[in-house]
Amino acid sequence: MGILINKNSKVIVQGITGRDGAFHTAKMKAYGTNITGGVSPGKAGLSVEGVAVFNTVRDAVELTGADTSVIFVPAPFAGDAILEASYAGVELVVCITEGIPVHDMMKVTDLIKRNGTMLIGANCPGLITPDECLAGIMPGNIFKKGSTGVISRSGTLTYEVVYLLSESGLGQSTCIGVGGDPVSGLYFTELLEMFENDPETESIVLIGEIGGDAEEQAAQFISAGITKPVVAFIAGQTAPQGKRMGHAGAIISSGTGTAEEKIKAFIEAGVPVAREPAEIADLIKSGSGF
Amino acid sequence: MKIFEYQATGLFKKYGIPVTEGILCSSAGEVEAKIPDDGKSRVVKAQVYSGGRGKAGGVKVVTGKEATVEAAGQILGMKIKDFVVEKILITEAVTIEKEYYVGMVNDRNTRSVILMVSTEGGVDIEEVAALSPSKIFRTAVDPVVGLMDWQARSAALKLFSEPDLLRQASGILSALYRLFRDTDSTLTEINPLVLTSGKKIVAVDGKMNFDDNALYRQPGILAMRETTDTEALEIEAEGKGLSYIKLNGTIGCIVNGAGLAMATMDMIKLYGGEPANFLDIGGSSNPQKVIDAMDLLIRDKNVKTVLINIFGGITRCDDVALGLIAALKKIQLAIPVVVRLSGTNAAEGLQIIRDYGLQPVTSMREAAKKAIELSKTKS
Repeated sequence: MGILINKNSKVIVQGITGRDGAFHTAKMKAYGTNITGGVSPGKAGLSVEGVAVFNTVRDAVELTGADTSVIFVPAPFAGDAILEASYAGVELVVCITEGIPVHDMMKVTDLIKRNGTMLIGANCPGLITPDECLAGIMPGNIFKKGSTGVISRSGTLTYEVVYLLSESGLGQSTCIGVGGDPVSGLYFTELLEMFENDPETESIVLIGEIGGDAEEQAAQFISAGITKPVVAFIAGQTAPQGKRMGHAGAIISSGTGTAEEKIKAFIEAGVPVAREPAEIADLIKSGSGF
Repeated sequence: MKIFEYQATGLFKKYGIPVTEGILCSSAGEVEAKIPDDGKSRVVKAQVYSGGRGKAGGVKVVTGKEATVEAAGQILGMKIKDFVVEKILITEAVTIEKEYYVGMVNDRNTRSVILMVSTEGGVDIEEVAALSPSKIFRTAVDPVVGLMDWQARSAALKLFSEPDLLRQASGILSALYRLFRDTDSTLTEINPLVLTSGKKIVAVDGKMNFDDNALYRQPGILAMRETTDTEALEIEAEGKGLSYIKLNGTIGCIVNGAGLAMATMDMIKLYGGEPANFLDIGGSSNPQKVIDAMDLLIRDKNVKTVLINIFGGITRCDDVALGLIAALKKIQLAIPVVVRLSGTNAAEGLQIIRDYGLQPVTSMREAAKKAIELSKTKS
């Protein structure tokens, strides 16, 4: 089962006629995701990778019963695409698009709350419940069904970690990339709670990075109410202050948001922190710190 | 993106926020020509991006033309943190009755703009925040509605009580919010906002940062971009679809993905080496990106070894390997290269690298250790 998506999820793709949208629609379908439609304004009636295209999200939802949308729309229009999905009643919106202005995201995240929409991203690789549903751009072949939940702010680093987990025999219940932007949808605390309540998840891996204080909040949240073992990894120990390390959200500003502070918060909360990706699997297996 | 004080106060003025009038100069000769010989007091201020210029001697209050020219000569060319002062702003000196702080910032946790005001102006606001947080008043702005008049008034009331001053301050806060919103700012500060002996409220300094993701719709802001040499390199990289930050170590890194790039730097440090840079080539196997990345790296003469760390996800390792070899053939490298490939089609990719005559590795740890070893034997 996992969290957020499973074999019963009905997924549409916004921006399906674009290069990335079409490419990843094919990948998601090949993985077994139930893609019920695509959206591209003015292109209704077309078919992309065997998927019917609709003019609006509302049409796609009404005609196919979709509950999840994956967005590949270019950054200047992506905020509006999230809103369109939310106002059409989509329950879970996954926004892959990179480079959305933060002022747009502040408005969008506020407005979709009114509709009760859940958002993953933007600027994220999406999420996967192995062997059931892939909603995003993750390489399906590295995942393995299992009981470790993974939450991450990164893309390829997540793949690295998952690859090592799968190799050492630790499969995943659901793996979510929450994205690298400063203002995003669902984040560590909400997802930790979902994993805590998911009967299929037995342990949780949290991959954080420099910038903001979401890791510190997660550490507090874990010590207050997460009973399943959690292992953390933080990227950016060698990052200099004031420089944006690729992700818009990965910036140490005036001494806060450092890897050191985040590691300290986890250790104090009894969460072991891996020094390198390969150590994560060992820490889960040994259950150290619990 | 950051701008200088003179540019920020220029924007303030455009939005009707009173500022101290200033003259921008970049040489002592220009000061000589532009400043009238009127015996007035003026403030000569270094234009740099970093804070702490006052402590570094980058701000001088002087009286008379001769003293102004002399101060300008001292400040121009001065080094403040990593920046050489190339421009100075010479403003009228105002008689300060009291200094205040006003700032706006995008807050991740509330997902909104936070307006902050404090009676502790003119000093480092982070010190105030750390030592006496109760002296900073904060209010969150509704992202959909914007800063409401009553909010601006409530914040102004934390600083002033006289009706006329309240009106002036509320007006300044409302205007500052409009400027913040209109320009996709991520941080805007007036520090200090000054009450003069003439009962006028004036912005005496200004700082503004902007969202890089929004520059596509902010041509006016983008036109203000002035760059240092280090930044010029970063901007050149950006233009080629690379994300590059120069550091001071000896191991040059080329990685796909920002998180993995940071983790690679950390791994180098963990095993006793020093990374020379952060470099994310993004998610493509395009050989041109690798060539561009190599080209950037080898301009840094500290680089003794290049470490290429690729995790093949959607991009297949064999495609990446072909790209790498095309790049390596094109640029004759005089320094050793360590290639690590893992993930989708890794076996095929590794074979391609071996056939070219390089010994690839499969784990990040192994790659880091090997790069460190090579960087030490070379130097």
